[in-house]
Amino acid sequence: MKHAAEMLSELGLSSVDQLFEDVPREVRTNGLRLPRGMSEAEVLRHVRSMMAQNLCADDHPCFLGAGIYNHFVPSAVRTIVSRSEFITSYTPYQPEVSQGMLQALFEYQSYIAELTGLDAVNSSNYDASTALGEAASMCMRLNERKRFLVPEAMSWERKSVLRNYAAGPGIEVVEYSYDPYTGELDLEDLRSKATPGTSGIYVEVPNFLGVIDSHAPMLKQEFPDVALVVGANPVSLGALKAPGDYGADICIGEGQPLGMPMSFGGPLLGLFACRQEHVRKMPGRVIGMTRDAEGEKAYCMTLQTREQHIRRSKATSNICTNEALMAVAAAAYLSILGKEGLETLAKVNMARALKLQKLIGQLEEFDSPAFDAYHFNEFAVRTPVRPEKINKLLIKKGIIGGLPLHGHIRQLEDHMLLCATELTSDEDMERLVEALREVQ
Amino acid sequence: MYRQAKHDRRLIMEKDGSSDFDVPFSDDLQGLEDFAPAGMLRESLDLPSLPEREVVKHYVNLSQMNFSVDNGLYPLGSCTMKFNPKYADVLASLPTVAGLHPYQDEDSVQGALRLLHDLELALCEVSGMDAVTLQPAAGAHGEFTGMLLAKAYHAKSQEPRTQVVVPDSAHGTNPSSAAMAGFEVIEIPSGEDGCVDLEALRAAVGERTAALMITNPNTLGIFESQIREIAKVVHEAGALLYYDGANLNAVMGRTSPGAMDFDIVHFNLHKTFATPHGGGGPGAGPVGVRERLVPFLPVPRIVQREGRYRLDYDRPDSIGTVRSFYGNFAVLVRAYSYILRKGADGLQEASERAVLNSNYLKRRLAPSYPAKYKELRKHEFVVSCKRLKEERGVRALDVGKRLLDYGYHAPTIYFPALVEEALMIEPTETETRETLDQFAEAMLRIAGEDPELVRSAPHNASVRRVDEVFAAKEAILSYRAFKRRAAKSSPKG
Ligand SMILES: Cc1ncc(COP(=O)(O)O)c(C=O)c1O
Repeated sequence: MKHAAEMLSELGLSSVDQLFEDVPREVRTNGLRLPRGMSEAEVLRHVRSMMAQNLCADDHPCFLGAGIYNHFVPSAVRTIVSRSEFITSYTPYQPEVSQGMLQALFEYQSYIAELTGLDAVNSSNYDASTALGEAASMCMRLNERKRFLVPEAMSWERKSVLRNYAAGPGIEVVEYSYDPYTGELDLEDLRSKATPGTSGIYVEVPNFLGVIDSHAPMLKQEFPDVALVVGANPVSLGALKAPGDYGADICIGEGQPLGMPMSFGGPLLGLFACRQEHVRKMPGRVIGMTRDAEGEKAYCMTLQTREQHIRRSKATSNICTNEALMAVAAAAYLSILGKEGLETLAKVNMARALKLQKLIGQLEEFDSPAFDAYHFNEFAVRTPVRPEKINKLLIKKGIIGGLPLHGHIRQLEDHMLLCATELTSDEDMERLVEALREVQ
Repeated sequence: MYRQAKHDRRLIMEKDGSSDFDVPFSDDLQGLEDFAPAGMLRESLDLPSLPEREVVKHYVNLSQMNFSVDNGLYPLGSCTMKFNPKYADVLASLPTVAGLHPYQDEDSVQGALRLLHDLELALCEVSGMDAVTLQPAAGAHGEFTGMLLAKAYHAKSQEPRTQVVVPDSAHGTNPSSAAMAGFEVIEIPSGEDGCVDLEALRAAVGERTAALMITNPNTLGIFESQIREIAKVVHEAGALLYYDGANLNAVMGRTSPGAMDFDIVHFNLHKTFATPHGGGGPGAGPVGVRERLVPFLPVPRIVQREGRYRLDYDRPDSIGTVRSFYGNFAVLVRAYSYILRKGADGLQEASERAVLNSNYLKRRLAPSYPAKYKELRKHEFVVSCKRLKEERGVRALDVGKRLLDYGYHAPTIYFPALVEEALMIEPTETETRETLDQFAEAMLRIAGEDPELVRSAPHNASVRRVDEVFAAKEAILSYRAFKRRAAKSSPKG
């Protein structure tokens, strides 16, 4: 280490060991049992060749969705989020030298506010699942009740994460069922479960089965004193009504479709928006508009008295490091698409999925779609053999198949969820259909 | 002196143009005459429309109004703002990394699973733990996971325990995470030496204690030399010892949480393992545990048999999952690459240099910025501006703001609360002696500068001192809210 000896001698020390004299002998370790370091060139080669064993969506048609989507990411988004100044900074604790990040995050919050129709947005949660967990706690803070209703048709992960977040505050999570013909929520069942102690109702639009639920716009009238939490796919909001416009108190969602690669499921972006009147009960970091000492417009983190570093065990959330760079990606992405871009993208996604749905529907042994409803960019099909088996066969043909549903919703054996986006070409669809023909 | 850029401050929503983005297949909208249930169609969407050229200009100019590690020294204590090597970014953006869907069949992601498995093993070695989960998205999320594990562990042994003990010097996420997991938080005062007070600890732990959460070195940068006694007190009470890994950068290869008898550990890969902080995130907060806690770890576990990797969900005692999927994969790829590059010796040297830099800088600052408690520190230290405040009316906040004028990020201020007018300084191992000397000179100079100049700093940043009180009072979090507010306060309504 260059200068080490001189620096040590200025401290009156003669060896590095003396810097660790305060570590008692009985807890000392003798180095690490790890391989020796590699040169940069070796590291690049090593990891590249390891990753070459993966099948990736850039090279193979991919029909998976279920919360994470293979959308086109404009090159400029990568350029923007690769800027040293954004990627190597941290939480903007010093607003005067962090106006760039602060303004980008304020713009992100503004975009999500517009999409969701809710004025207050935080600057990110870890992902949609943890955002849902935090939303359930926030509902309890809003009305001091402890029963939280969620759809049975929801991913296994979201249910599990929610249970973990709900356990601490003692929130009871109750599932309501779906209509086996339409895939929409079962209103009778929901009514029977929305007993007086109910704090919040969570509904996904589109839901886990890809269905755009026709009940969504009337839920607030139906349950006026229960907090309504909507889980939305932000791309769908280019064409679908803003949850705030049909009474949502909180809107959460997975922000990954807004310009982030799938990256094997992380990092993601937990969207979190709520009505302005609830703002002091919300979790997470928020960026506010303000002014500097000379009265010029400026931005800073605000409402920090809700947060862990001040409120400690009474904070609204423990979140500290969040997903800020992903929020910048979302802002850059929405800026590039613009109004027409997002509207068109939402419609193209529906059109692509509809096309695929019909193509598969022509295969005799497949029931496509399995549910009779409006869908966004994915839909369930009933398959003649186990979906896992189909997927193994598809991999051999270089196709990444759909999601077997029974791991999430037990009774949906022999059901597969298939997704199409603007990246799914006609040729991709034909390849899939050809391959499925062999399954019959 | 440093001078930060200052560009057009209009929001992107206030700019005008027309988008040149093309959506593939936008000419094929067959069958979409009617695509959503009644009442579900969007009525308005108020987004700007700009060509790519304007968008790139906007965000590149914003980036120039943002100080980062790549710009200069960022001695933000507790955050380990070390240099983020660029090969890691290259690897994280490979199509074979970025283009993987988390629900792909295991056969099609063998490389990814192997990387995760190998990273788990490397983290076991660094921490002295028996198993690691990579799921948590950040340090605080790791703490929350650790608290769920502690709860599950005690529940299994029919000993429901309801309290978690934390020292008053703990980071705010510790008590917050424990409370979120449903524990009652007991704070204990630190001793005269800034360390855990064994008497206070003994008085606080008992049969209701589930865990003690501490970090070592502690938030003052002092190594808790009585760590074995602490562990003994905790374990004799039947409780678990939790290690907040935010300060792991001080000790790699020299000691480990395992050697210190901790039971649960979280790592902050965005600190110790050099992954970029992303302006606030994403990070990664893996959790390591000792054998007896392994059954409770989140599913899926990554298992290897005969060279084939699999995701195992069949763990009856598991707490389930704490987020969707397997962790912040792109961050994990970076940390793995960093570990490969550094190797055993490189990681240990990183810690040694971090500790050397910290003690050296502490010595250089001593004439104007005294640090209470003992001499030797680990990777960071806390000085007090109490004397400056009394003698010149200059507070820690002001010193931090003035440093911005010199082209340095400010240290962490007012944490831990044990030290009056605290500046918490962590130079990290990636800074040269020259940089440390220059920073020290700036700090010493500030101590002698015209107090008014310091109190009114910064002068060279994009904006002058920001009014945080006004922001909290107004709570304007979006352009929508801003427009609504403006409409309300204008006389025409
Ligand atoms: C001592 C300490 N503990 C915990 C945390 C929380 O980690 P994270 O921000 O990754 O959630 C921090 C982060 O700043 C910290 O400094």
